[in-house]
Amino acid sequence: MAGFRGAGRGATARFAAGEAAIIRSLVSQVAELVGGGAELAETGSGDASPGDSARPGLADEAPGADRDGADRDGPAGDRAAADDLAAQLGLTDDSELPADPILARLLPDAYADDPQASGEFRRYTELSLRSGKVAAAQTVLATIPAHGGRVRLSEPEAQAWLRALNDVRLSLGVILSVTDDFEDQLAGMPEDDPRAAYVGVYQWLAALQDSLVGALS
Amino acid sequence: MSVAPAEVQRPETDQDAVLDSPWVTIVWNDPVNLMSYVTYVFRTVFGYAKPKAEKLMLDVHHKGKAVVSSGAREAMERDAETLHGYGLWATVSHDS
Repeated sequence: MAGFRGAGRGATARFAAGEAAIIRSLVSQVAELVGGGAELAETGSGDASPGDSARPGLADEAPGADRDGADRDGPAGDRAAADDLAAQLGLTDDSELPADPILARLLPDAYADDPQASGEFRRYTELSLRSGKVAAAQTVLATIPAHGGRVRLSEPEAQAWLRALNDVRLSLGVILSVTDDFEDQLAGMPEDDPRAAYVGVYQWLAALQDSLVGALS
Repeated sequence: MSVAPAEVQRPETDQDAVLDSPWVTIVWNDPVNLMSYVTYVFRTVFGYAKPKAEKLMLDVHHKGKAVVSSGAREAMERDAETLHGYGLWATVSHDS
């Protein structure tokens, strides 16, 4: 893997089929985790997404429109309408740090020691933060050939790639319990450690992301 | 790792903002984020020159955290949200 090199204001790289498959799989999984709420289908995301036609169906998996429509006819109709309005305003009921450790890392508290202020911040920002992360993932999925090959990215697309690759690495970092002395831990990790399968990918993505930073700098 | 030249270019408007409304955005060290990426984010988000961005990145790395911006609370919350979008671990704090 030679990684990215600069091309105009953007970047280019060539990926083998297996490499493209790994990136697609991991980026999709993070997008599904982050975009898990039904709200995302409504708020969408204008940011750095190259177009609906290229979206590989992430939105299809969001538990969205059908259920909302049913709710409107039932006793929960007022509640659904309120939810719709909240979604349009970019508000969310979530005000606590997510229980999932990966989500907690991707959507962190904004105040170190003020849960109330963190909750308020989260109510106003979490939806757009989630939407932005899903949009970045969609940009990756729309620009990487399914069976490998050359990727050519504009500067905004390359920035979306940086953010999406970083979210994948943060997620793997949680799974691998990466700490500052991770390199030392690796030396002592037995081959049958269940985390070993992720380590090579984690390190490869670090090199890939680093090459993309270099290509844009 | 060698330390980059520590030329801190602080716009005067920053100083004024600190006096008026002492809120800050803090970025915390994280074992996953690449040093090159963190520097890139500081340059991209704040428009900092490379030496300042690298100095801040090294402060985060060595001291565990660094103040990356200061100003009104609302502006700091926008900075934190932007940094969360890039996957950096940022918090807002009252600099008292």
